[in-house]
Amino acid sequence: MSVRRHELRRYPWQVRDSGQLLLVVAAGVWLVVSVAQTAADGLQDPRIAISFGALIAFGEVLRLNLPGDRESAPIGFAGALAYALLIRVGTHVVHYSAQQVVTVATIGMIIGALPHLAVGRPARVSGMAARLLCVACVAYIFRPLAGNDAVDRHWGLAFSLMTSLVVLALLLETVLTALLRVDEQRARFQVALVDEMRVQLPLGAAVGASALLIAFAAEVMGLAALAVFTAPLLVTQVAFRRYAGIRATYLQTVRALAKVTEIGGYVEAGHSERVATLAVAIGRELGIHEPALLELEYAALMHDIGQLSLHDPIPGGATVLVSRQDQQRIAELGADVIQQAQVLGSVAEIVRRQNEPYRAVDARPGASGVHGGPAKPSAPPLSSRIIKAANAFDDLVGSSLDPGRAAAAVQRLRLDTASEYDPNAVEALSRVVNRWSVML
Amino acid sequence: MGKLSRVALLYISAVVVLAAVLVARGPFTGLSWQYVAVLGILVIVSESRATQLRQGELTWSPSSAAMLASVVLVGPVGAAIVGACTALGVRRGPHIMQRVFNTSMYALSAYLAGRAFLALGGHVGLPDENSFPGIIWPFAGAALILVAANHGLLSGVLWLTRSRDRTSSGSLGSQGVGVGLSVRLLLSDLGYAAFGLLIAALWSVVGPFAPLLVLIPLFVARWAVAQFAEQQKAYEATMGALCQAVETKDFYTRGHSDRVSRGSVMIAREIGMRGDRVEAIRYAGMLHDVGKLGVPTKVLQKTGKLTEEEYAAIQLHPMRGLDIVREIGFLDEALAGIMHHHERIDGRGYPMGLAGDEIPEFARVLAVADAFDSMTSTRSYRGARPVDEAIKELRKWSGTQFDPAFVDAFVAALKREGWQRHEPSVLAADDLATVTAQDHDDPDAPLRVIDSR
Repeated sequence: MSVRRHELRRYPWQVRDSGQLLLVVAAGVWLVVSVAQTAADGLQDPRIAISFGALIAFGEVLRLNLPGDRESAPIGFAGALAYALLIRVGTHVVHYSAQQVVTVATIGMIIGALPHLAVGRPARVSGMAARLLCVACVAYIFRPLAGNDAVDRHWGLAFSLMTSLVVLALLLETVLTALLRVDEQRARFQVALVDEMRVQLPLGAAVGASALLIAFAAEVMGLAALAVFTAPLLVTQVAFRRYAGIRATYLQTVRALAKVTEIGGYVEAGHSERVATLAVAIGRELGIHEPALLELEYAALMHDIGQLSLHDPIPGGATVLVSRQDQQRIAELGADVIQQAQVLGSVAEIVRRQNEPYRAVDARPGASGVHGGPAKPSAPPLSSRIIKAANAFDDLVGSSLDPGRAAAAVQRLRLDTASEYDPNAVEALSRVVNRWSVML
Repeated sequence: MGKLSRVALLYISAVVVLAAVLVARGPFTGLSWQYVAVLGILVIVSESRATQLRQGELTWSPSSAAMLASVVLVGPVGAAIVGACTALGVRRGPHIMQRVFNTSMYALSAYLAGRAFLALGGHVGLPDENSFPGIIWPFAGAALILVAANHGLLSGVLWLTRSRDRTSSGSLGSQGVGVGLSVRLLLSDLGYAAFGLLIAALWSVVGPFAPLLVLIPLFVARWAVAQFAEQQKAYEATMGALCQAVETKDFYTRGHSDRVSRGSVMIAREIGMRGDRVEAIRYAGMLHDVGKLGVPTKVLQKTGKLTEEEYAAIQLHPMRGLDIVREIGFLDEALAGIMHHHERIDGRGYPMGLAGDEIPEFARVLAVADAFDSMTSTRSYRGARPVDEAIKELRKWSGTQFDPAFVDAFVAALKREGWQRHEPSVLAADDLATVTAQDHDDPDAPLRVIDSR
């Protein structure tokens, strides 16, 4: 069977390993060793340890979700990094071990996670483990050096050392979260890494600067520095929370309003949502970056919005079965609607060209009449080609879960890859569909 | 700025001369030029176009924090020099006069702040462990003087340059807004000024990196706020476009959602609703009729009496609407408003037949705006009514169909703000729109249903 054959052609990044489990186990082992050591040695500078533990717990309570379902605890992370990098509080030089840093950070995180658990939000252990590993790395490198005379005497040396360690920690966290996302969502590593950096860079800069500020300011202001330099980060976090909120509402609204076509009886129930899910999975498979992926999702959700302007609903709404001319008109009308918003220019373009055949030069005589002239020289954008394939697939399969029907639909699309459907998109679709039918 | 009056010119020259004299007097002995240079560069960068997030509006820039840090680190004369660095900011636009005035204004207010710091017992130089908390009071005084001098000098010049064309545009309302804005600006300036002390305090530990570290989180916060504003604008535009798409089919009701939304906001403002609830009711107004898509076109277009089933289909549209928007995560109140916007005070509405206070407040507001727009719009069976006549109709149904309080509020708001009526253009030949023969929103022409009993 052809389905089987394509299963063998999986790429290395698509092999599911238990990366998440590995990460959590690594953090867990490190943690157990650290706690045991700290218990044996006793807690050094308990007042400082408790203050930082409280800050980390506070930050964990206030964790936020960034766009793209990313969990982040900026204040907790900054507090833990600052604790790892602390040299002195006032004139008192601190002497605690890296193990103590790991222990305090973990206890703070766990206490901070409790309120979330109480209201039924499970802690994302892998994210916490990633943060903990970064803090542990910094602590194990810096704690032995903290008592060093050279570091103590030359602030320039201490400053550059601490800055590079903070940068290292942030990079490590980015790489770890990117790896987790590869594992979770089947994205490509390079793509996930770039996306992760784009999202994390601004907040990461604020976190890193705050960690350094707290560590340095403790020398001048004592423990008051914790409160003073958490304030700007708190402001930053509030701003980010509002930003993430409006992003989420935006997506929910487009999702909801795309459903209007279903309620109006223009398309089958759930069609837009299914096409969007499939298109995003295909896009990810083809290595599309996140901002473009979001546009793809919007376009896929709204690809049938043009039907609203039609006088009578097309029976069943299966656009693959109506004439090319009607399809093109729906696409044009939909693109016009989206164009009105003025902010989604590329989304409108994707919707406008969703029906164009993959090879525009090869357009059949009947098809070119729609554009009124010779076929357009440029191929439609990748996102349009993806929506074309996903839409055709869903028109043929619908909400059916039958793997045989899905395989037949993929086969039918594959036969049309000479001119109609983009072969890459169809192959990616086939891989996605395979994976889903395995999971069922 | 245009042409300046003699008084304004005199005022500006006075500020410039005063600043120049104070700086020139010195003393320059013991002034750490290294600090001045670093802080001056910071001021230049923050006054440059590239680092300003929003153009056009009054924006906070970190320069006031830098000036206050220099008050502590290098004293009044140094602070004035740092303040004068605003002249070198890379940005297009300001008139040369404006630029000269700004420079002198910053130099002068920084100098005054430095004097205040010394007068209140502050010591110029790097703060150490012993400086806290004693340094806080002189610093707060300096910050207050800096912000007050800045705002004072600036409003002086604005008042002098604007006073000439005051007769044409000077209304009480706009002045009130101006005062409110500047109070808010004053407070936020004071808040940001506190970062000047943090920069000064950290200087002893990390030297010239202090301003950089302190300002990074603030810059990121500003960035996120700007992103939020941009997303919100995009969101509203998209929502508007989609709502328009929903009603595009029906020629006569085009723009209905938008107008109902505006009317509801007028009522909400009039009765003093909280800001976030006004936002929610705006969205509720836009979305109140999306469920109409679930009603078959042939029912909406029917000219004769409706059968029981057809009437039931129309009565279902608020519920359909709720089904569509339920998953949007905004205020639940908006959802309740959409669902109940056809309830009547006397309990004879649909879908639930709620009466009086049982009807959610949002729904009662929407009902008034909804009916009003229907009456003042052209329908296939009648022309548009004038606003006065529609108000009379609202009054007539007040207490039976509408909540009297909201009718009164709407009438009051209409008297003040007026109403932009719907003027349908001629139907274009290629327009796909259909024409509704009956309007379920029209209180004076209720849907006619065949009596089957």
